[in-house]
Amino acid sequence: MSATPTLTERAGALFHRYANPGRFLRLGVKLQPWLTWPALILSLTGLVWGLFFSPADWQQGDSVRIMYVHVPCAWLASSGYFALAVCSVLSLVWRHPLADLAAVEIGPVGACITATCLATGSLWGKPMWGTWWVWDARLTSVLVLFFLYLGHIALIRAFDDPQRGYRAAAILALAGAVDLPIIKFSVQWWNTLHQPDSIGLRGAPTMSHAMLWPLLVCTLGFTLGFAAIVVARLRAGVMESRIRSLLSGQHRGEPSPADGTPVGEYAA
Amino acid sequence: MTHLPYIIASYGLAFGLALFLSVGAALRLRRDRARLAALECARGRRDRVTRRGETA
Repeated sequence: MSATPTLTERAGALFHRYANPGRFLRLGVKLQPWLTWPALILSLTGLVWGLFFSPADWQQGDSVRIMYVHVPCAWLASSGYFALAVCSVLSLVWRHPLADLAAVEIGPVGACITATCLATGSLWGKPMWGTWWVWDARLTSVLVLFFLYLGHIALIRAFDDPQRGYRAAAILALAGAVDLPIIKFSVQWWNTLHQPDSIGLRGAPTMSHAMLWPLLVCTLGFTLGFAAIVVARLRAGVMESRIRSLLSGQHRGEPSPADGTPVGEYAA
Repeated sequence: MTHLPYIIASYGLAFGLALFLSVGAALRLRRDRARLAALECARGRRDRVTRRGETA
Protein backbone atom coordinates (compact mmCIF):
# COMPACT_ATOMS: atom_id res chain seq x y z
CA MET A 1 0.00 0.00 0.00
CA SER A 2 1.26 3.47 -0.86
CA ALA A 3 1.96 5.89 2.02
CA THR A 4 1.23 8.91 -0.19
CA PRO A 5 -2.25 10.28 0.62
CA THR A 6 -4.72 10.12 -2.25
CA LEU A 7 -6.55 13.17 -3.57
CA THR A 8 -9.70 12.12 -1.68
CA GLU A 9 -7.75 11.76 1.57
CA ARG A 10 -6.09 15.14 1.09
CA ALA A 11 -9.43 16.80 0.32
CA GLY A 12 -10.93 15.07 3.37
CA ALA A 13 -8.09 16.37 5.57
CA LEU A 14 -8.62 19.91 4.28
CA PHE A 15 -12.37 19.80 4.97
CA HIS A 16 -11.90 18.23 8.40
CA ARG A 17 -9.54 21.03 9.39
CA TYR A 18 -12.66 23.15 9.94
CA ALA A 19 -14.73 20.32 11.43
CA ASN A 20 -13.70 21.62 14.85
CA PRO A 21 -16.56 24.00 15.77
CA GLY A 22 -14.31 26.25 17.87
CA ARG A 23 -11.90 26.68 14.96
CA PHE A 24 -14.75 27.42 12.56
CA LEU A 25 -16.22 30.01 14.95
CA ARG A 26 -12.89 31.81 15.19
CA LEU A 27 -12.65 31.84 11.38
CA GLY A 28 -16.28 32.99 11.14
CA VAL A 29 -15.71 35.92 13.50
CA LYS A 30 -12.77 37.07 11.36
CA LEU A 31 -14.63 36.51 8.09
CA GLN A 32 -17.92 38.18 9.05
CA PRO A 33 -16.96 41.88 8.62
CA TRP A 34 -15.06 41.10 5.39
CA LEU A 35 -18.26 39.67 3.94
CA THR A 36 -20.85 42.00 5.48
CA TRP A 37 -19.42 45.44 4.73
CA PRO A 38 -18.38 44.80 1.09
CA ALA A 39 -21.81 43.15 0.55
CA LEU A 40 -23.60 46.21 1.88
CA ILE A 41 -21.47 48.70 -0.06
CA LEU A 42 -21.54 46.77 -3.35
CA SER A 43 -25.27 45.99 -3.20
CA LEU A 44 -26.25 49.58 -2.45
CA THR A 45 -23.85 50.95 -5.09
CA GLY A 46 -25.13 48.50 -7.71
CA LEU A 47 -28.81 49.12 -6.93
CA VAL A 48 -28.47 52.93 -6.92
CA TRP A 49 -26.39 52.74 -10.12
CA GLY A 50 -28.98 50.50 -11.77
CA LEU A 51 -31.96 52.52 -10.57
CA PHE A 52 -30.78 56.05 -11.34
CA PHE A 53 -27.71 56.04 -13.57
CA SER A 54 -27.98 53.10 -15.97
CA PRO A 55 -29.90 53.66 -19.22
CA ALA A 56 -33.44 52.42 -19.85
CA ASP A 57 -33.90 49.69 -22.44
CA TRP A 58 -35.12 50.80 -25.87
CA GLN A 59 -37.84 48.09 -25.86
CA GLN A 60 -38.59 47.46 -22.19
CA GLY A 61 -38.21 51.02 -20.94
CA ASP A 62 -37.45 51.44 -17.24
CA SER A 63 -38.83 48.04 -16.28
CA VAL A 64 -35.40 46.66 -17.25
CA ARG A 65 -34.19 48.05 -13.90
CA ILE A 66 -35.93 45.09 -12.21
CA MET A 67 -33.08 43.06 -13.74
CA TYR A 68 -30.64 44.44 -11.11
CA VAL A 69 -32.63 42.63 -8.43
CA HIS A 70 -34.00 39.67 -10.39
CA VAL A 71 -30.79 38.40 -12.04
CA PRO A 72 -28.65 38.34 -8.84
CA CYS A 73 -31.50 36.52 -7.06
CA ALA A 74 -31.74 34.00 -9.92
CA TRP A 75 -27.96 33.45 -9.82
CA LEU A 76 -28.04 32.99 -6.05
CA ALA A 77 -31.02 30.64 -6.17
CA SER A 78 -29.03 28.26 -8.39
CA SER A 79 -25.62 28.73 -6.79
CA GLY A 80 -27.16 28.42 -3.29
CA TYR A 81 -28.61 25.07 -4.30
CA PHE A 82 -25.24 24.08 -5.76
CA ALA A 83 -23.68 24.91 -2.37
CA LEU A 84 -26.34 22.75 -0.74
CA ALA A 85 -25.41 19.86 -3.05
CA VAL A 86 -21.69 20.33 -2.22
CA CYS A 87 -22.54 20.25 1.50
CA SER A 88 -24.50 17.06 0.88
CA VAL A 89 -21.47 15.41 -0.77
CA LEU A 90 -19.27 16.51 2.16
CA SER A 91 -21.83 15.13 4.57
CA LEU A 92 -22.42 11.80 2.82
CA VAL A 93 -18.80 11.09 1.79
CA TRP A 94 -16.74 12.60 4.62
CA ARG A 95 -19.40 12.85 7.35
CA HIS A 96 -18.35 16.44 7.91
CA PRO A 97 -20.33 17.74 10.92
CA LEU A 98 -20.31 21.37 9.72
CA ALA A 99 -21.57 20.38 6.26
CA ASP A 100 -24.85 19.23 7.83
CA LEU A 101 -25.19 22.45 9.81
CA ALA A 102 -24.31 24.51 6.70
CA ALA A 103 -27.00 22.69 4.70
CA VAL A 104 -29.53 23.43 7.46
CA GLU A 105 -28.67 27.14 7.27
CA ILE A 106 -28.38 27.46 3.47
CA GLY A 107 -31.83 25.93 2.88
CA PRO A 108 -34.07 28.71 4.30
CA VAL A 109 -31.89 31.51 2.87
CA GLY A 110 -31.92 29.84 -0.56
CA ALA A 111 -35.70 29.36 -0.38
CA CYS A 112 -36.23 33.07 0.45
CA ILE A 113 -33.93 34.11 -2.41
CA THR A 114 -35.71 31.78 -4.87
CA ALA A 115 -39.10 33.14 -3.76
CA THR A 116 -37.79 36.69 -4.37
CA CYS A 117 -36.47 35.63 -7.78
CA LEU A 118 -39.91 34.26 -8.71
CA ALA A 119 -41.72 37.32 -7.33
CA THR A 120 -39.46 39.86 -9.07
CA GLY A 121 -39.73 37.78 -12.25
CA SER A 122 -43.53 38.06 -12.02
CA LEU A 123 -43.24 41.80 -11.41
CA TRP A 124 -41.08 42.06 -14.53
CA GLY A 125 -43.30 39.69 -16.54
CA LYS A 126 -46.57 41.54 -15.93
CA PRO A 127 -45.64 44.76 -17.78
CA MET A 128 -43.56 42.93 -20.44
CA TRP A 129 -45.56 39.77 -21.20
CA GLY A 130 -48.92 40.97 -19.92
CA THR A 131 -49.16 38.15 -17.37
CA TRP A 132 -47.82 37.43 -13.88
CA TRP A 133 -47.04 33.80 -14.66
CA VAL A 134 -46.68 31.36 -17.56
CA TRP A 135 -45.88 27.65 -17.38
CA ASP A 136 -42.70 28.33 -19.28
CA ALA A 137 -39.70 25.92 -18.97
CA ARG A 138 -37.46 28.45 -17.18
CA LEU A 139 -40.14 29.63 -14.75
CA THR A 140 -41.37 26.12 -14.00
CA SER A 141 -37.86 24.76 -13.39
CA VAL A 142 -37.16 27.62 -10.95
CA LEU A 143 -40.48 26.89 -9.21
CA VAL A 144 -39.34 23.25 -8.90
CA LEU A 145 -36.09 24.55 -7.34
CA PHE A 146 -38.16 26.49 -4.80
CA PHE A 147 -40.07 23.32 -3.90
CA LEU A 148 -36.77 21.42 -3.62
CA TYR A 149 -35.57 23.99 -1.09
CA LEU A 150 -38.84 23.64 0.85
CA GLY A 151 -38.57 19.84 0.69
CA HIS A 152 -35.03 20.01 2.03
CA ILE A 153 -36.10 22.21 4.95
CA ALA A 154 -39.07 19.95 5.72
CA LEU A 155 -37.08 16.72 5.45
CA ILE A 156 -34.40 17.88 7.92
CA ARG A 157 -37.12 18.54 10.50
CA ALA A 158 -39.14 15.42 9.74
CA PHE A 159 -37.11 12.99 11.90
CA ASP A 160 -36.66 12.74 15.65
CA ASP A 161 -33.03 11.79 15.08
CA PRO A 162 -31.36 14.81 13.41
CA GLN A 163 -28.70 12.59 11.78
CA ARG A 164 -31.37 10.71 9.84
CA GLY A 165 -32.88 14.03 8.76
CA TYR A 166 -29.47 15.26 7.55
CA ARG A 167 -28.88 12.06 5.53
CA ALA A 168 -32.34 12.12 3.92
CA ALA A 169 -32.08 15.85 3.11
CA ALA A 170 -28.57 15.37 1.66
CA ILE A 171 -29.87 12.68 -0.69
CA LEU A 172 -32.76 14.94 -1.75
CA ALA A 173 -30.34 17.83 -2.34
CA LEU A 174 -28.12 15.63 -4.52
CA ALA A 175 -31.03 14.23 -6.50
CA GLY A 176 -32.48 17.72 -6.91
CA ALA A 177 -29.21 19.04 -8.33
CA VAL A 178 -30.37 17.65 -11.68
CA ASP A 179 -32.69 20.69 -11.82
CA LEU A 180 -29.72 23.08 -12.05
CA PRO A 181 -28.67 22.24 -15.65
CA ILE A 182 -32.36 22.15 -16.59
CA ILE A 183 -32.74 25.74 -15.33
CA LYS A 184 -29.55 26.82 -17.11
CA PHE A 185 -30.33 25.26 -20.47
CA SER A 186 -34.15 25.52 -20.40
CA VAL A 187 -34.07 28.64 -22.60
CA GLN A 188 -32.02 26.73 -25.20
CA TRP A 189 -33.72 23.33 -25.04
CA TRP A 190 -37.29 24.63 -25.21
CA ASN A 191 -39.03 27.47 -26.96
CA THR A 192 -39.66 29.73 -23.97
CA LEU A 193 -41.17 33.14 -23.32
CA HIS A 194 -38.22 33.88 -21.02
CA GLN A 195 -35.38 35.60 -22.83
CA PRO A 196 -32.13 33.67 -23.48
CA ASP A 197 -29.02 34.30 -21.33
CA SER A 198 -27.40 37.70 -21.96
CA ILE A 199 -24.15 36.72 -20.22
CA GLY A 200 -22.31 33.48 -20.95
CA LEU A 201 -18.87 31.98 -20.61
CA ARG A 202 -18.59 31.69 -24.39
CA GLY A 203 -18.81 34.93 -26.28
CA ALA A 204 -19.30 38.57 -25.36
CA PRO A 205 -22.36 39.65 -23.35
CA THR A 206 -25.32 40.74 -25.45
CA MET A 207 -26.14 43.74 -23.26
CA SER A 208 -24.72 47.23 -23.11
CA HIS A 209 -21.74 47.78 -20.79
CA ALA A 210 -23.70 50.60 -19.15
CA MET A 211 -26.11 47.94 -17.90
CA LEU A 212 -23.61 45.12 -17.47
CA TRP A 213 -21.41 46.85 -14.87
CA PRO A 214 -24.15 47.72 -12.36
CA LEU A 215 -25.52 44.20 -12.83
CA LEU A 216 -22.12 42.66 -12.04
CA VAL A 217 -21.69 44.93 -8.99
CA CYS A 218 -25.17 43.94 -7.73
CA THR A 219 -24.47 40.26 -8.34
CA LEU A 220 -21.18 40.42 -6.42
CA GLY A 221 -22.81 42.38 -3.59
CA PHE A 222 -25.75 39.96 -3.32
CA THR A 223 -23.39 36.96 -3.40
CA LEU A 224 -21.28 38.36 -0.56
CA GLY A 225 -24.49 39.20 1.31
CA PHE A 226 -25.71 35.62 0.89
CA ALA A 227 -22.36 34.34 2.18
CA ALA A 228 -22.43 36.79 5.13
CA ILE A 229 -25.94 35.71 6.16
CA VAL A 230 -25.10 32.02 5.82
CA VAL A 231 -21.87 32.42 7.86
CA ALA A 232 -23.77 34.35 10.58
CA ARG A 233 -26.52 31.71 10.70
CA LEU A 234 -23.93 28.93 10.71
CA ARG A 235 -22.11 30.53 13.64
CA ALA A 236 -25.44 30.69 15.47
CA GLY A 237 -26.14 27.06 14.50
CA VAL A 238 -22.77 25.91 15.89
CA MET A 239 -23.44 27.79 19.13
CA GLU A 240 -26.92 26.26 19.38
CA SER A 241 -25.52 22.75 18.98
CA ARG A 242 -22.99 23.58 21.70
CA ILE A 243 -25.80 24.87 23.94
CA ARG A 244 -27.73 21.64 23.36
CA SER A 245 -24.67 19.53 24.20
CA LEU A 246 -24.00 21.59 27.36
CA LEU A 247 -27.61 21.31 28.48
CA SER A 248 -27.71 17.55 27.89
CA GLY A 249 -24.36 17.27 29.75
CA GLN A 250 -25.89 19.18 32.66
CA HIS A 251 -28.83 16.81 32.72
CA ARG A 252 -26.45 13.84 32.80
CA GLY A 253 -24.26 15.57 35.39
CA GLU A 254 -21.08 15.42 33.25
CA PRO A 255 -18.30 17.60 34.66
CA SER A 256 -16.30 18.06 31.43
CA PRO A 257 -17.32 18.97 27.85
CA ALA A 258 -17.99 16.14 25.43
CA ASP A 259 -15.63 17.51 22.75
CA GLY A 260 -12.85 18.63 25.04
CA THR A 261 -13.20 22.30 24.09
CA PRO A 262 -12.01 24.65 26.85
CA VAL A 263 -14.52 26.89 28.61
CA GLY A 264 -15.13 30.20 26.79
CA GLU A 265 -13.89 28.88 23.44
CA TYR A 266 -17.29 29.15 21.74
CA ALA A 267 -18.64 32.26 23.37
CA ALA A 268 -15.58 34.31 22.34
CA MET B 1 -39.85 56.56 -15.16
CA THR B 2 -42.12 53.95 -16.78
CA HIS B 3 -43.53 50.95 -14.81
CA LEU B 4 -42.58 52.60 -11.53
CA PRO B 5 -44.90 50.52 -9.25
CA TYR B 6 -43.32 47.28 -10.52
CA ILE B 7 -39.81 48.63 -10.02
CA ILE B 8 -40.57 49.90 -6.50
CA ALA B 9 -42.20 46.58 -5.58
CA SER B 10 -39.13 44.64 -6.81
CA TYR B 11 -36.61 46.81 -4.97
CA GLY B 12 -38.84 46.85 -1.88
CA LEU B 13 -38.99 43.06 -1.90
CA ALA B 14 -35.21 42.80 -2.15
CA PHE B 15 -34.67 45.30 0.69
CA GLY B 16 -37.32 43.60 2.81
CA LEU B 17 -35.74 40.19 2.29
CA ALA B 18 -32.22 41.48 3.05
CA LEU B 19 -33.48 43.19 6.20
CA PHE B 20 -35.46 40.15 7.36
CA LEU B 21 -32.54 37.73 6.85
CA SER B 22 -29.77 39.94 8.21
CA VAL B 23 -31.66 41.21 11.29
CA GLY B 24 -32.87 37.68 11.98
CA ALA B 25 -29.32 36.30 11.80
CA ALA B 26 -27.92 39.13 13.97
CA LEU B 27 -30.58 38.67 16.67
CA ARG B 28 -30.12 34.91 16.65
CA LEU B 29 -26.33 35.33 17.01
CA ARG B 30 -26.75 37.78 19.89
CA ARG B 31 -29.21 35.55 21.74
CA ASP B 32 -27.07 32.42 21.30
CA ARG B 33 -23.86 34.19 22.31
CA ALA B 34 -25.44 35.43 25.55
CA ARG B 35 -26.99 32.05 26.30
CA LEU B 36 -23.74 30.19 25.63
CA ALA B 37 -21.69 32.61 27.71
CA ALA B 38 -24.06 32.11 30.65
CA LEU B 39 -23.96 28.32 30.28
CA GLU B 40 -20.17 28.15 29.96
CA CYS B 41 -19.76 30.44 32.94
CA ALA B 42 -22.03 28.18 35.02
CA ARG B 43 -20.14 25.09 33.82
CA GLY B 44 -16.77 26.68 34.68
CA ARG B 45 -17.99 27.42 38.18
CA ARG B 46 -19.31 23.87 38.58
CA ASP B 47 -16.02 22.36 37.34
CA ARG B 48 -13.99 24.46 39.78
CA VAL B 49 -16.22 23.38 42.67
CA THR B 50 -15.90 19.72 41.61
CA ARG B 51 -12.10 19.95 41.36
CA ARG B 52 -11.86 21.65 44.76
CA GLY B 53 -14.02 18.89 46.24
CA GLU B 54 -11.73 16.22 44.72
CA THR B 55 -8.51 17.79 46.07
CA ALA B 56 -9.96 18.45 49.57
